[in-house]
Amino acid sequence: MNLTLKIWRQNGSSDKGRMVTYRVDDVSPDMSFLEMLDVLNERLILEGDDPVAFDHDCREGICGMCGMVINGVAHGEQKLTTTCQLHMRHFKDGDVITIEPWRAAAFPVVKDLVVDRSAFDRIIQAGGFISVPAGSAPEAHSVPVPKADADAAFDAATCIGCGACVAACPNGSASLFTAAKITHLSLLPQGQPERESRARAMVEQMDAEGFGGCTNTGECTAVCPKGIPFDTIAQMNADYLRAASK
Amino acid sequence: MKFRRRAQQENAQQENAQQENQGAEPAIAGHYRVGDPIRDTKAPEGPIEDRWDKRRFSAKLVNPVNKRKLTVIVVGTGLAGGSAAATLGELGYKVKSFCYQDSPRRAHSIAAQGGINAAKNYRGDGDSVYRLFYDTVKGGDYRARESNVYRLAQVSVNIIDQAVAQGVPFAREYGGLLDTRSFGGTQVSRTFYARGQTGQQLLLGAYQALERQVAAGNVEVHTRHEMLELVISGGRARGIVVRDMVTGEIETHLADAVVLASGGYGNVFYLSTNAKGCNTTAIWRAHKKGAYFGNPCYTQIHPTCIPQSGDHQSKLTLMSESLRNDGRVWVPKRKGDNRAPGDIPEDERDYYLERIYPAFGNLVPRDIASRAAKNVCDEGRGVGPGGLGVYLDFADAIRRLGREAVEKKYGNLFEMYERITGENPYEVPMRIYPAVHYTMGGLWVDYDLQSSIPGLFVVGEANFSDHGANRLGASALMQGLADGYFVLPTTIGDYLAGAGSFGPVDEGDVAEARKAVQDKIDKLLSVNGNRTADSFHRELGRIMWDYCGMERTEESLRKALERIPELREEFWNNVKVPGDAEGLNQALERAGRVADFFELAELMCVDALHRTESCGGHFRAESQDQDGEALRDDEHFAYVAAWEWTPEGPVLHKEELNYEYVKMTQRSYK
Amino acid sequence: MAVTGAVLVLFLIAHMLGNLKIFLGADSFNHYAEWLRTVGSPALPNRTVLTITEIVLAVCVVLHMWAAVSLARRAAKARPVKYAAKRKSQANGYAARTMRWGGVIIVLFVVWHLLDMTFGTVNPEGGDATPYARMIAGFQPDRWWVALFYLVAMVMVGLHLRHGMWSAFQSLGLTRRPQVRSTLQTTAVAVSAVLVIGFVAAPVCILIGVVK
Ligand SMILES: Cc1cc2nc3c(=O)[nH]c(=O)nc-3n(C[C@H](O)[C@H](O)[C@H](O)COP(=O)(O)OP(=O)(O)OC[C@H]3O[C@@H](n4cnc5c(N)ncnc54)[C@H](O)[C@@H]3O)c2cc1C
Ligand code: HEM
Ligand code: HEM
Ligand code: SF4
Ligand code: F3S
Ligand code: FES
Repeated sequence: MNLTLKIWRQNGSSDKGRMVTYRVDDVSPDMSFLEMLDVLNERLILEGDDPVAFDHDCREGICGMCGMVINGVAHGEQKLTTTCQLHMRHFKDGDVITIEPWRAAAFPVVKDLVVDRSAFDRIIQAGGFISVPAGSAPEAHSVPVPKADADAAFDAATCIGCGACVAACPNGSASLFTAAKITHLSLLPQGQPERESRARAMVEQMDAEGFGGCTNTGECTAVCPKGIPFDTIAQMNADYLRAASK
Repeated sequence: MKFRRRAQQENAQQENAQQENQGAEPAIAGHYRVGDPIRDTKAPEGPIEDRWDKRRFSAKLVNPVNKRKLTVIVVGTGLAGGSAAATLGELGYKVKSFCYQDSPRRAHSIAAQGGINAAKNYRGDGDSVYRLFYDTVKGGDYRARESNVYRLAQVSVNIIDQAVAQGVPFAREYGGLLDTRSFGGTQVSRTFYARGQTGQQLLLGAYQALERQVAAGNVEVHTRHEMLELVISGGRARGIVVRDMVTGEIETHLADAVVLASGGYGNVFYLSTNAKGCNTTAIWRAHKKGAYFGNPCYTQIHPTCIPQSGDHQSKLTLMSESLRNDGRVWVPKRKGDNRAPGDIPEDERDYYLERIYPAFGNLVPRDIASRAAKNVCDEGRGVGPGGLGVYLDFADAIRRLGREAVEKKYGNLFEMYERITGENPYEVPMRIYPAVHYTMGGLWVDYDLQSSIPGLFVVGEANFSDHGANRLGASALMQGLADGYFVLPTTIGDYLAGAGSFGPVDEGDVAEARKAVQDKIDKLLSVNGNRTADSFHRELGRIMWDYCGMERTEESLRKALERIPELREEFWNNVKVPGDAEGLNQALERAGRVADFFELAELMCVDALHRTESCGGHFRAESQDQDGEALRDDEHFAYVAAWEWTPEGPVLHKEELNYEYVKMTQRSYK
Repeated sequence: MAVTGAVLVLFLIAHMLGNLKIFLGADSFNHYAEWLRTVGSPALPNRTVLTITEIVLAVCVVLHMWAAVSLARRAAKARPVKYAAKRKSQANGYAARTMRWGGVIIVLFVVWHLLDMTFGTVNPEGGDATPYARMIAGFQPDRWWVALFYLVAMVMVGLHLRHGMWSAFQSLGLTRRPQVRSTLQTTAVAVSAVLVIGFVAAPVCILIGVVK
């Protein structure tokens, strides 16, 4: 199939950036979205043009590196799917596809579709961990964890840190990402001692990074490739309120 | 199955024996020379179960006050590097950590699915440290060091404790205790898992520990920084040269010791299950600066991957091996039969694994299943695009167990398959094909995980250490974390205790390393030819897969050793890298990596050529028994091949392997 | 937001109940209006309670709007560059997406509504008539467009509340478990529905002549 792509091009963080239109021909329906961009880039290189910069690594939906807003939807319209796992068979010959980077003040554009997500690392630094030096851990079976809690913690823990939630949120909020980690750790017995200080510090860091506030619109969980549940945000709010009321 | 004559192999052995007599004389037609053997690996003597304790006790300690003044560089933030950097930071060293991704959490370890082994014996099914040790040595086809493997098995137990304390949500049973499963043909259930995302959960545990140390001011993480050169001064590793991938700036970072944890090099084959960015640059640069490369030819091929769908394919996706428990593998009997699978009647199908291996059938080990698939495809009976695939058919299982039961067992895998291929495996058979998955080879290290360059330590998949010629499923995660959390932090202290006397880093050495980096970048940008780096990489991968892949022959390897230098030559004359070195330039990054893959590929072929036996992941067609089983040659090859780089070509240093505890035997699957 | 929203919801519930008195006849309704003004008398001067309520309401509306505006401004700051492609909602949350301009419509409605019912400026009966008369006059069939405006506004109020109430539960962290979550979600829908029906009943009945 033949496609028209409108891609955001921005040469570095100080460039203003613009949408540029490209054509790609002979796209196979078996290609992944990134492989389709590879084809475009190979051609651009040979024509002496600058290839489109985009982030990716694992290409199997787990590293969280890839991510672009495709036709207005983070990671494209396929549910529970990262961009690297999106295949061209979901598009038609002649389609016009708009491709943009994540848009958020806390995710400045580095180049083209590549953004800087280090704000997420700083949110984790603020408290997204359990303090346990190597070698000092107690025997793993000393604390049983009810299966239901372990499973719910796991559901929250599968966040891949891609940032689609921020990209999709009308408020540019990082609530789902932050809530996923808070929930993961606060559902486990190991996470209890630092539970309140963690929630407080992480939420404050999230605000300090310049993300928007959550008004519970639920766009985040709808685009999240791992289906991080909406309930995690309630969990975060509960933990935060508990910490703040002390 | 064709039976090849043993004669060829015997010839090769004779040649090898001669070469041994000649000492450092050129062997195999000038491809390499033999140097001095490695005699001491620093493993303590005595009963195997006491060795690690002994080493821990004999290791010198660094005064806590001095730790703050000591800097350690850790390249890589995967399970090995992430856990090492976090632990060293916790101990009080000043740590600088580097990765090429935008966050340490994205290292390739994130993709590991199956699980992690540990000798906890929670099931009471007879597991023990000794059994894990035994299985690993045997599984490695007797090409791993006993001392290292024993230590790995001992430490495995602590890894699970550590991970659980960090909040890693391992699967649990209703009683709240940890669940385990059996994996990769072991008889005990010792694999801990977190659904199909064990690597992700373990890595996030290490990542969070790392970020905690960043917040505490003990670790500095440099993301989107690529190590391009090692700085050696006074005979010691003292720093690295990196490129800031965002600004393009070349930076020098100096330290008292350097740890490489840069992962495996499976991407030398272009198509593999590794992440796109996995590369050999960090270890290859170190190798060219004097670090020996251990067993480069040992690669592991996984039989159940989703096949290539066309030339555009950029990577391959692994599917759990458990599928072979219920799926039946077949291809059409007739060459070039391109009817739809459903239209091929039963008597025109060849269930070749069941036919050739009636006892094990579809459950033969990884390497046998992989080779058999390649053979039928080479005969022109492969299915799907390009004829590179075989059917894995669940029709019988669905008839026998019902669709629901199959869905319960494999639902998520079927879904993943459908997402990628667009085909519904409940209705049409899956197509599978083998793919490169893991590299057992890597930089040679001693018992302390120190390379042949003092002060350069190597951990995780980047070193060659614990898996011998073949890695068992769920053991890579174990090794990475054992190295990073427990082994390295102890052994590096012993080295750093003497750090006060290392002296300042010579400026000339830094300038030389920086110049090498700059020259290479300038050269890549100036060729301005008319092929992309990716197109070269694809061609190189094809050569490696065809000639140094699942099945290697002297002939194929010689062919590879002709083709690779030619292609490399063309690369340096005809590659096109657009743009400049200022700022983000992904094409430049890729070209630099491909350039290193070319050199590594040659060494892999030389190693594969010199090792005329078959063992583990290295199958020399000349060395098989009448059942097509790999045939080891313990008399001549029970050694680690540690290669030294010299401008005149590689020099082989042999490290003899002695087995005091596990008796060498040939495996059999018929 | 949640606190001011909650006060506004309480007011609406009370207000709706009051409005329903219209079905009990003119006296009852006028009486109720009268009572509103004299409650607490003679201990308190007339209109004390009503005035306090009005003040609390006014403060809440202002705070609520201020919160809404600052959230919106924060959101604008958090995403300075907009998407070129029209963002397609993936969350089928129509109610959620209409919170901001829905809120504005509600305020415009309240302004008109005060001019209509409280001051009588735009009411055919004028400010001096009894509340009952104002109501009846306001929704006569020839003024169908007023009734229609009320209807539309009530639907907006319903949507706003449906999401608003549920959102308040979430903001307070009450919706952590799936069962609780669905119960609260149902509660939000039910309360909004009851409010809308309760509010709409009077104008509709007047319009079709059931209440004269
Ligand atoms: C699909 C798949 C499934 C697997 N499943 C399992 C399993 O179930 N069980 C199991 O035990 N093993 C499994 N493995 C193997 C296992 O995942 C890896 O061997 C292991 O994770 C390697 O960890 P590492 O820390 O050594 O390296 P990696 O995780 O690969 O990390 C490498 C790090 O080095 C950095 N780096 C690399 N080069 C440079 C450079 N030049 N400059 C700067 N930084 C650099 C990267 O940024 C990264 O941070 C699987 C592997 C694959 C591919
Ligand atoms: C200019 C007028 C108004 C605007 C712009 C406005 C805007 C908003 C917004 C954006 C929210 C979402 C807050 C969130 O989801 O957390 C909200 C919540 C709410 N609004 Fe309004 N609103 C207005 C008027 C009203 C009125 C008049 C009422 C009641 C009669 C009301 C009742 C509520 C309630 C109960 C909530 C839920 C509070 C919460 O979510 O915490 N609003 N409003
Ligand atoms: C169709 C539905 C409604 C009807 C029939 C209605 C009717 C009335 C009437 C008759 C009064 C005058 C009471 C008096 O002066 O004693 C009044 C006052 C008022 N109404 Fe409504 N109303 C409706 C909906 C609403 C809604 C949805 C809101 C708010 C969002 C609202 C807010 C108010 C306010 C603030 C007052 C003034 C109260 C005061 O003066 O203290 N009304 N309404
Ligand atoms: S919560 Fe979902 S969308 Fe957000 S970063 Fe995590 S995986 Fe991505
Ligand atoms: S989309 Fe945004 S508003 Fe909240 S519920 Fe999700 S963060
Ligand atoms: S490239 Fe890793 S998630 Fe898409």
